[in-house]
Amino acid sequence: MNPTTHAIRLGLRRGWTEFSQSIRSTQDQGFYLFTAALVVGYLFLRRNTDVEGTDLMLPSVALPSILGALIAFGVVIGPAYALAMEKEDGTLLRHKAVPHGLRGYFVGQLFLQSAGLMPQMLVILVPSFLLFDDLMADPSGWLTVAWVLLLGLLATMPIGMVIGGVVPSTQKVGTWGMLPVMILGGISGIFYPIQQLWWWVEVIAQVFPMYWIALGMRSAFLPDSAAALEVGESWRTWETLGVLGAWAIVGALLTPIVLRRMARRQTGSQVEAARDASLQWIR
Amino acid sequence: MTTVVTVRDLRMRYGDNDVLRGVDFDINSGEVLCLLGPNGAGKTTTIEILEGFRIRSAGEVTVLGQDPARADEDWRARTGVVLQSWRDHPRWTPRRLLTQLGGYFAPYSTPERTRPHDVDLLLETVGLADLADRKIATLSGGQRRRLDVAVGIVGRPELLFLDEPTAGFDPQARREFHDIVHRLAESEGTTILLTTHDLDEAEKLADRVLILAGGRIVADDSVDGLSRRVEGESQVLWSIDGTRHSEEVADATAFVRALFDKHGDQVAELEVRRASLEDAYIALVQQHEAGHGDAAARLFTEVAR
Repeated sequence: MNPTTHAIRLGLRRGWTEFSQSIRSTQDQGFYLFTAALVVGYLFLRRNTDVEGTDLMLPSVALPSILGALIAFGVVIGPAYALAMEKEDGTLLRHKAVPHGLRGYFVGQLFLQSAGLMPQMLVILVPSFLLFDDLMADPSGWLTVAWVLLLGLLATMPIGMVIGGVVPSTQKVGTWGMLPVMILGGISGIFYPIQQLWWWVEVIAQVFPMYWIALGMRSAFLPDSAAALEVGESWRTWETLGVLGAWAIVGALLTPIVLRRMARRQTGSQVEAARDASLQWIR
Repeated sequence: MTTVVTVRDLRMRYGDNDVLRGVDFDINSGEVLCLLGPNGAGKTTTIEILEGFRIRSAGEVTVLGQDPARADEDWRARTGVVLQSWRDHPRWTPRRLLTQLGGYFAPYSTPERTRPHDVDLLLETVGLADLADRKIATLSGGQRRRLDVAVGIVGRPELLFLDEPTAGFDPQARREFHDIVHRLAESEGTTILLTTHDLDEAEKLADRVLILAGGRIVADDSVDGLSRRVEGESQVLWSIDGTRHSEEVADATAFVRALFDKHGDQVAELEVRRASLEDAYIALVQQHEAGHGDAAARLFTEVAR
């Protein structure tokens, strides 16, 4: 039995266990339904709004963008919180104390966070397809959804892992993770076209993966004519591949180094200090 | 007897605070060794260095033939760590968690030492059989700690680390825990290193006690040996015809024999109080807490000479 591949198998089992426990927990179900109600509610209220320059309604254009933003948001904030919390509560230390345990832990985390997107997307897509027309211009778009999703995961999950790895406490995930991602969400052309912003904001947004995931999603769901609304009046598929691919490669190279450094510093005293700190919110 | 742990001139410094200033000791195979000392004496630092969780400032450390700071995963498979869990894995059950974490030891199973432990037997051993399928979040503090012990030994370690294992236990849980440690040491031949600030616990569990104070080891002996070294004069109390007497004597046994030779049946309410290790230890702790780590260490070294 090779310990490394054995640990990867155990990690997948761990991820599956965590995932099935998550979808059975009312806390997590509540979270999925809450985001779904927000998104579908927003689209429903604006179901009769025309999108200028096209013959499409707002839900058709907004849904793919929102999906893109939710993927990026979930895959950054999810692992960031999970890691920050599990550093503090001793989950990580437990895995450090068993042979090849950290490998298993991170495999489990990758599986859980990726799998967690499925219920999130389903609770939004199913009611949307029942309520609104003209959401998917061409069934071949689902193929695009698949690769944008996969590449988007690879591009953004390392960011979440690194934030969770370096953040000094769970309470700081808000400032270190939530805030920048919200700002990026605001400038990434989710709720209004990116071209309406100042040129330098437009440049910043296009450096990060969130804009490209949303663009990729729009290219999957919308007819080609809607590309007229985009920068350069094109879906820029190659650029999407390039930017997301670059983030994925940098992430794959950098994340193991950061996580290894973080894990080296994990000690029982650190966990104890976190416990004491959590009992003392006001300092 | 083989040596499992060798520590030579171990030093640890945080900023300009020297926590360990040259610690030396060995642990032999099958031994239960207790690191005893007041809070802040460096016990946790020492055990974390041996666990490979903390990098030392200086000195030489060998644990199971490797330097824990650079040890590989095969080495990890031979050790067990009992962590002070807090709120990890709330949605898991004890059975699921033990199966999952024990799984990592399966590739290291040998005919002489099959790994991991059978989960049902293990749950039975730590008294969690009835709670095996309950969510961990619903366990009490004591039950959770028993789960910690089970996780620590699931891989059938040759060397087990326990840092303040009974902190927060009620007397009953404490007793049960001591039984588990005894059983492990006897039936599995596990070498055990544990820390505590409680002399009574050290006495109950350990073959040998190291007292840590002021960043040094100030005593290294069995609890009996320590008591004998601390003993100076004993106090003998007795009464004859309702009159109480007491005397400080060096050799209590000889004194009492002489007492009976002289007064025979008239001697009543006889009591011999030994200058106790406890008194010496409490004096050490008091000095340490007052911030006089060095003085505390000196005090104990003198008493225990």
